[in-house]
Amino acid sequence: MKMNGAQILVQGLLDQGVDTIFGYPGGSVLPIYDALYDANIRHILVRHEQGAAHAADGYARASGRPGVCLATSGPGATNLVTGIANAYMDSVPMVAITGQVPSALLGRDSFQEADITGITMPVTKHNYIVKDVKELAMTLKEAFYIATTGKPGPVLVDIPRDVSGGTMDYEDPGPINLPGYRPVLEGKEEQLNKAAAAITDSIRPVIYAGGGVIGSGAHQELKRLAELLMAPVTTTLMGLGGFPGDHPLYLGMLGMHGSRYANYAVCESDLLIAVGARFDDRVTGKIESFAPDATIIHIDIDPAEIRKNVRADIPVVGDVKIVLNQLLPRLEAKLSGAWQQKIDQWKKEYPIGYEEDNDKLKPQQVISAIYKATRGQARIATEVGQHQMWAAHYYTYTRPRSFISSGGLGAMGYGFPAAIGVQVACPDEVVFDIAGDGSIQMNIQEMATAVNYQLPVNVAVMNNGWLGMVRQWQELFYNRRYSCTELVNPDFVKLAEAYGASGIRVTRGADLKPALEEAIRNSGPVMLDFVIEREENVFPMVPPGESLGNMIG
Amino acid sequence: MEMTVAQALIRCLEMEGVEVIFGYPGGAILPVYDALCKMGSIKHILARHEQGAVHAADAYSRVTGHVGVVMATSGPGATNLVTGIANAYMDSVPLVVITGQVPTSQVGTDAFQEVDITGITLPITKHNYLVKDAGKLPTVVKNAFHIASTGRPGPVLIDLPRDVATETIKLDYPDSVSLRGYKPTYKGHPTKVKEAAQMMMKAERPVIYAGGGILNSGATGELLELAEMLSAPVTNTLMGLSSFPGDHPLFLGMLGLHGTRYANLAVTKCDLLIALGARFDDRVTSKISSFAPDAGVVHVDIDPAEIGKNVQVHVPIVGDVRQVLQALLPNINKKDRSEWLEQIQNWKEQYPMGYARDGMLKPQAVIEAICRHTRGEAVVATDVGQHQMWVAQFYRFKHPGKLISSGGLGTMGFGLPATVGAQVGRPDSLVVLITGDGSLQMTLQELATVVEQKLPIKIFVLNNNCLGMVRQLQEFYCERRYIATEFSFVPDFVTMAKAYGIAGYTIKSHSELDRLLPEILSNPDAVMVNCLVDPQENVSPMVMAGQGIDQAIDC
Amino acid sequence: MRHTLAVLVENNPGVLARVAGLFSRRGFNIDSLAVGRTENPDVSRMTIVVEGDDRILEQVTKQLHKLIDVIKISDISPEEYVDRELVIIKVHSDPARRGEIMQVADIFRARIVDLGRKTITLECTGNNGKINAFEESLRPYGIKELVRTGKIAMLRGLRFTSVNGQKDDD
Ligand SMILES: Cc1ncc(C[n+]2csc(CCOP(=O)(O)OP(=O)(O)O)c2C)c(N)n1
Ligand SMILES: Cc1ncc(C[n+]2csc(CCOP(=O)(O)OP(=O)(O)O)c2C)c(N)n1
Ligand SMILES: [Mg+2]
Repeated sequence: MKMNGAQILVQGLLDQGVDTIFGYPGGSVLPIYDALYDANIRHILVRHEQGAAHAADGYARASGRPGVCLATSGPGATNLVTGIANAYMDSVPMVAITGQVPSALLGRDSFQEADITGITMPVTKHNYIVKDVKELAMTLKEAFYIATTGKPGPVLVDIPRDVSGGTMDYEDPGPINLPGYRPVLEGKEEQLNKAAAAITDSIRPVIYAGGGVIGSGAHQELKRLAELLMAPVTTTLMGLGGFPGDHPLYLGMLGMHGSRYANYAVCESDLLIAVGARFDDRVTGKIESFAPDATIIHIDIDPAEIRKNVRADIPVVGDVKIVLNQLLPRLEAKLSGAWQQKIDQWKKEYPIGYEEDNDKLKPQQVISAIYKATRGQARIATEVGQHQMWAAHYYTYTRPRSFISSGGLGAMGYGFPAAIGVQVACPDEVVFDIAGDGSIQMNIQEMATAVNYQLPVNVAVMNNGWLGMVRQWQELFYNRRYSCTELVNPDFVKLAEAYGASGIRVTRGADLKPALEEAIRNSGPVMLDFVIEREENVFPMVPPGESLGNMIG
Repeated sequence: MEMTVAQALIRCLEMEGVEVIFGYPGGAILPVYDALCKMGSIKHILARHEQGAVHAADAYSRVTGHVGVVMATSGPGATNLVTGIANAYMDSVPLVVITGQVPTSQVGTDAFQEVDITGITLPITKHNYLVKDAGKLPTVVKNAFHIASTGRPGPVLIDLPRDVATETIKLDYPDSVSLRGYKPTYKGHPTKVKEAAQMMMKAERPVIYAGGGILNSGATGELLELAEMLSAPVTNTLMGLSSFPGDHPLFLGMLGLHGTRYANLAVTKCDLLIALGARFDDRVTSKISSFAPDAGVVHVDIDPAEIGKNVQVHVPIVGDVRQVLQALLPNINKKDRSEWLEQIQNWKEQYPMGYARDGMLKPQAVIEAICRHTRGEAVVATDVGQHQMWVAQFYRFKHPGKLISSGGLGTMGFGLPATVGAQVGRPDSLVVLITGDGSLQMTLQELATVVEQKLPIKIFVLNNNCLGMVRQLQEFYCERRYIATEFSFVPDFVTMAKAYGIAGYTIKSHSELDRLLPEILSNPDAVMVNCLVDPQENVSPMVMAGQGIDQAIDC
Repeated sequence: MRHTLAVLVENNPGVLARVAGLFSRRGFNIDSLAVGRTENPDVSRMTIVVEGDDRILEQVTKQLHKLIDVIKISDISPEEYVDRELVIIKVHSDPARRGEIMQVADIFRARIVDLGRKTITLECTGNNGKINAFEESLRPYGIKELVRTGKIAMLRGLRFTSVNGQKDDD
């Protein structure tokens, strides 16, 4: 059948099971949009391409299916860069499709030409520019394959306008052949045996679980492992929800803003089982004193992560779920003992907490109230800053894919469009974006998208009048010289109303519950302006460059 | 003197005469912010998104002629600058972009908020640096300013790891640069200049095609003199608009895809095309083989790579447009070309720029009215879309450097932050933004910056409830199969303005327009004006893809 | 048309990425690219062989010039120059055919650098044509592995490609 490139693209998307894409039109993607006109694919029109990338990312994190975004050449493509980098850092499967100027105009600084494959080289798992319509179908197939397998990540496909407009007799592209890309899924026997032996020998094991657990769907295996070994589990920010937050073996988050007991447990462990985590600097603190007495087992899909930052005594390369299933039968049950008691002692001694104050609304209190009002069942997206850390600490995540946050890139402005993507993926669930007053402004334009599609996303702005996290650093490490961090803000309630959304301002603890209930009941987007204590800090904290054991606050 | 690299950086900026930095803080750039605060010598404008900061710096540079300076943190801060850097690159705007980076020991480890921004921006910067060696910082800054502002200007990025920023160095700011790989040519080759002059004297139907290079090199006086001496009509690219007086009888308006018919006809029929600081962009030439088919081409440009890139050139002159014109003018005499000018006058009368003034408020009328009420003297920033083309067609700029628009990249969302930079750079000028309902939403967070800085800008939204320019393309190329271009929901811009503490007006008719404009334009504070314009209106004329520019259609 | 460019660049990190990125972005085709240091440790020299007509060559040269780290570009193709490339080829060889292969090697003045039980590895330097011919002559024996350095080139006699321009010796 004769088809043009755009129709082939749409056919390819349908073949991949894509039902939703997030995008913004423009001249170079005109043929693609025209093909979408007749296609059975839902297109969500965002208000800035950054919103499209983050929404596709949120959609992927919530659903486990690859997110797809679409933008025009030049500024449309460059506007995706932060969103692509974000997906790259957090290993989110995403396919970004960009229009490009016609092939004949490439390389001439033509109108709205940007070398997006060059630009995104460092932030994509792979990218393509399709120079011939005959290659399009295969390229797209490869793009989805690469994005979703191995360590997932974003793949960009750049399509010149003459290619999306060019026609050919369509045929199925056939099987994929990528000699340079063969992810290893199963762990090596030898390594598995070594790991099992080390586990058997250990007295003070700690499991350190990251986003790989969620990505590979290994949360049940993780739980079985922990319960079998009676091993306490700490998670990274990306791993939140990968282990039930209300489980007695759970230690909460580790690292710079981790719990004291998680960090202490890691410091004193004799065995650290790293599962789908990558020893990020925010987790390890000062590398030399990270888990100094522990044998380290590192299970990860990406061989390049092994020994990148920290020694790994027993590396096991493979898909986390498959490796855990290989490992579990080799292990024997252990009993609770002195180690577990010690941890319980720490938990009692150093609970995560804050000082309540009847006159002021405390951010932690707001998050706890959101937890109660949603009975712990909401999908929580966050922005970046203090509120992100409070959202990590004061909401208990009991299932995977319920905490959606920018971990590696730490991109302010991620949360709101991501929440839109989450809501599109999970139309019947309650979705919150826990935001800061600085972050929410970055992609506030997406309120029009939320209203447009009547997506009942609830935005909880922790309004402290500051770029709070930066202010905290200035307070602690720069003698309170608050350089350029105080904010002049819009009236968030009125702003919501300008969009035809609902706005609710909360200034007192007593109003928390009714406001949240109203927001959840509301069938459209709601902006909650929580006017919180201005100078609250995120504690405890490991100062930058310090060891995990040296926490302040 | 011993100081930290962060402090030294601020000192270097002082020595470069930097008065304002546009930026957004974050962890990796904190040492520099701390130094900025401590030293207190340079004003900082806090944007609400890094994209806003870089567009503002870009416009600041366009109105002041100084190098714009932007600062952001590593990771997302840096990637949020990408569009703005690309925008400045495409329009040859001098910027120095300073980004924080993770400590050197973590570079290359996918550390928290680490992004390879020098790698990312390779294709969109004139040059970039990752400072690994503290001692090199002063030289890097010196070079960066030099490279950004000389030759064909453009953005230069300096990536500064946090550990380097806190090292101590002895500041010794170099007073000259030594870059063996970079030596721009300013003076045109004398024989080529003579040749060009001869061609100009010989030609019977010359047209001057003037681009942004005129404004960059400050050659507006020379351009006027040349045009009048030769009696040669002048057409501008979008970037060149305002470099020639909009009300001058020799002015043809803009050429190209949405150019005036008479400009496009003049170029098609001319026997000599004098291209000054312009680059034969595809939006200008459309089908190359029918672009100025009978003409000899003189091309003056600072960038040798532009010459002969898209069209064949008979007399290439590499050099600064102003210096070349100064060398050229003594070689030509006043020439009278009444026949050619008569022909042009006929075209102007035959194909006037116009629109039907019936029914709903017409976007063109809004621009004409703003032009009238500001006497063509306002600084006008635009976004990208139909409204941008209408500004180009209907605002007659009297003075140079008054149009601030995204030409090469065509970045929606450029407009609002650009007005921030323009007003900061020209606090005493009237700064007007003409934007679309789609474009304004892209960076509207900068309304908070407008308010914080008390900038009295006047925002006119030509609200047609759609992504008009793309809708127009769908009308003509996709048989009116409109998808993703007609907004089923547009926010209430007046209420939105109020949420930020900005006054708002709605204008629905031609009569309201003339009644309200004086009040709006004399308001001492920022104002948002929501103009509900005819959503069916198209930008006319239009050259369809692959056609010669004399084949425009009315739409 | 093939052109051989001698490009002197600052020996800065990332300079190869800048040049490679430029070629890919502008759609220029590289036949081969070889880089190494020069008599001056601050300067590296790239020998780039590009395919294209004069217009393309002009753009390649001008665009390369815009890179701040590029010091000098000379198209040496029209001049008198020497050029060399090194190839290492591993061919299948059972003892019976070893003699034949060694004869071929002799003709091309190639050297044997490794001998295995079933393989023989040869190195050969020469200009493009010679290397191609060498490769063709070995093909019938079964080439197991082959690697070429890409061409490097230098002007003959008293002509120089150096930072300070082409100048006479004294
Ligand atoms: C795009 C981007 N720019 C800058 C930063 C650096 N940064 C990290 S946290 C933070 C402050 C966030 O402020 P807000 O959203 O109000 O949250 P709060 O910390 O006050 O809860 C900043 C500026 C970032 N992470 N992302
Ligand atoms: C960042 C970005 N995304 C997409 C485009 C493609 N594009 C060009 S014009 C246009 C429509 C602009 O709409 P609006 O701002 O409402 O102006 P109008 O054309 O209606 O005057 C679009 C989507 C672009 N230029 N920039
Ligand atoms: Mg805040």
